[in-house]
Amino acid sequence: MNAHLQPTGSAYFLTKETQAIEKHTLSVLVDNEPGILARVVGLFSARGYNIDSLTVSETEHNKRLSRITVVVVATPKTLVQIKLQLERLIPVHKVHDLTAEGVSIERELALIKVAGSGEHRAETLRLADAFRAQIVDASVTSFVFELTGKSSKIDSFIALMAPLGLVEVVRTGLAAISRGPEGM
Amino acid sequence: MAEQMTGAEMVIQALTDQGVEFIFGYPGGAALPIYDALFQQDKIQHILVRHEQGAGHMAEGYARSTGKPGIVLVTSGPGATNAVTPLTDALMDSIPLICITAQVPTNLIGSDAFQECDTVGITRSCTKHNYLVKNVNDLPRVMHEAFLIATTGRPGPVVIDIPKDVQFALGMYSKPDIENLRHPSYRPRMDGDHAAIEAAVELMLRAERPVFYTGGGVINAGPEASEHLRELAELTGFPVTSTLMGLGAFPASNPQWLGMLGMHGTYEANLAMHDCDLMINIGARFDDRITGRVDAFSPNSRKIHVDIDPSSINKVIMVDVPIIGDSARVLAEMVRIYRSKTNQPRTEAIAPWWKQIAKWRAVNSLGYKNSETIIKPQYAIERLYEMTKDKDVYITTEVGQHQMWAAQHFHFDKPNRWMTSGGLGTMGYGLPASVGVQVAHPDALVIDIAGEASVQMTMQEFSTAVQYRLPVKIFILNNERMGMVRQWQDLLHGSRHAHSYSDSLPDFVKLAEALGGKGIRCSNPAELDKAITEMLDHPGPVLFDCLVEKDENCLPMIPSGKPHNEIILPDTANIGSIIDEAGRALV
Repeated sequence: MNAHLQPTGSAYFLTKETQAIEKHTLSVLVDNEPGILARVVGLFSARGYNIDSLTVSETEHNKRLSRITVVVVATPKTLVQIKLQLERLIPVHKVHDLTAEGVSIERELALIKVAGSGEHRAETLRLADAFRAQIVDASVTSFVFELTGKSSKIDSFIALMAPLGLVEVVRTGLAAISRGPEGM
Repeated sequence: MAEQMTGAEMVIQALTDQGVEFIFGYPGGAALPIYDALFQQDKIQHILVRHEQGAGHMAEGYARSTGKPGIVLVTSGPGATNAVTPLTDALMDSIPLICITAQVPTNLIGSDAFQECDTVGITRSCTKHNYLVKNVNDLPRVMHEAFLIATTGRPGPVVIDIPKDVQFALGMYSKPDIENLRHPSYRPRMDGDHAAIEAAVELMLRAERPVFYTGGGVINAGPEASEHLRELAELTGFPVTSTLMGLGAFPASNPQWLGMLGMHGTYEANLAMHDCDLMINIGARFDDRITGRVDAFSPNSRKIHVDIDPSSINKVIMVDVPIIGDSARVLAEMVRIYRSKTNQPRTEAIAPWWKQIAKWRAVNSLGYKNSETIIKPQYAIERLYEMTKDKDVYITTEVGQHQMWAAQHFHFDKPNRWMTSGGLGTMGYGLPASVGVQVAHPDALVIDIAGEASVQMTMQEFSTAVQYRLPVKIFILNNERMGMVRQWQDLLHGSRHAHSYSDSLPDFVKLAEALGGKGIRCSNPAELDKAITEMLDHPGPVLFDCLVEKDENCLPMIPSGKPHNEIILPDTANIGSIIDEAGRALV
């Protein structure tokens, strides 16, 4: 393994990254303390890493632990750096690269507001039914749907709603967990 | 036994329990309760600085020369923001600091109160960790945790921000079992993986062109790491080079020493790095000043990398054998395993390699043309070295040409004797750092090798040295230039010297006198020894204004964007034509 055969992250001599970019989902177990999210986000911006999606919430109240699910886009070499740099943060307990470790379950929740009448409204309902979207709010001219699933499913549903009177969308970002009996 | 006390008293009590002797600081409104508690005790001495940046660098000098953490105490707002530069400096160079910043009362946080700033927000990216303590009952834990974090693993600065009402609040303090303190998520790895160390020794036993490349990690791991390094070098017979931060870990007087490597390192050290077949990196991080062009860095070597910080491994240079651990422990283990295989150095196998190194050495890359009329900066440092080498001497520097000349021409045989700003490159580091070193070693000779531009950045701390009768010697190589900037402008920008000259310089002799110290000026090489003797004989602080050759270049130099084997040597006539368009964009 020699230096000249490897790509580099050095800012000193900028050689082209030859590795392909990959999308990975990281699960980060942290102390739920003030400023922890700023630490994580600050690390990404300071070192120039890209975040695709980030979800955070307290998961174990008694131990004051939070889980951050972060989707990053980077070369394999940078992905290793991201994991190691996250582990350097003092309140970070563990970092797991779910994508690298095998199959994981990834889900997202979206709230989607669609307005319309007549045939559009009927078509909206038929599609919502096909996607198993729940109606959580309705008026004579609008619906708010709740949809959970893979990000790709939500993307498809939103694309279908666009010509039918899509008003706005909110999404939670990805939450992910590994398959099987093992915990983090 | 738990005892009731105020937050301010807890701060002082925790520092006392940690064995702290000195604090470098500056008071202000929000810090008054802590200063009041400080006033009412006599275990900890406070050194009053002139600017909070000075406090930070003093604490760095103190820490680097003792191995103990340096303590800084500043007030809220500007007190905290002035400390940002030394905090960043300490983070880059892995120096353990505890910086206590006062904060406005909790009920005023966020109201844009007088002297309020978001200290934890501002210092998040320039500290190893930081805390805002909003409840007095958290303060004892935070204080001791901060010491644990600052001093273990890869050391670094820790900020503790304490609002004024928390300083006044009453709570219970009890001294924890400091030796056995554990953190729930912070667990630095100390012992290297046994199989990896075994593999590293196997590579050493087969190497024909090996080189030890050591760094600041060996200094940080304590004097025993330097001992083990010397033992391993003797055992193997391998050549040793070091980064700027690692100088002194291996004795410069040892024949196996190649000199410093990197951008201004010796020809033999850089060529050995380029042509070696085995590189053994102990506690260095493949910094860009070392590697030069990374895609042409040591192309034919196997690489072993010992580092306590896992994120340093494969960050810049991919290595074959990574070992995560404390360099003292890993080196001791390497010595043990090597001994278990053989007691013979690989003298014969590496004889051709030493022969090659001897040829490189013969180039005499640190050579310079001396003058009888003008003091050459290299000559000044050589004389300073010769006249002080038998004394108990500590050297600090500012940043620039003089720093590199000091690294090249002042030789160190012991660790913790060399204090310089390597990673951040902070002009103004050396004078306050020398004050911190002198505080720790009152009877030693402490010299700041300075430039006339750098020294003006923190000049006012000379007054601190006078106040505390700290006999620091500030040895200014005055070329009336920001010499390194001028050199780069000659290299890269057609010799257009945009703002790189020092105009309206103060009269340093009068300035020293105005500040209550002694000033000496020398411009004649024949009188230099006498002037240095005068400086050394003076019992108080001295500003030595050494007028040197104005346009001397600092060589050798590996230009930006070039590999090690394209180093510029001192006999190069025209340095302006060496760097191409692509190299010009680099730093």
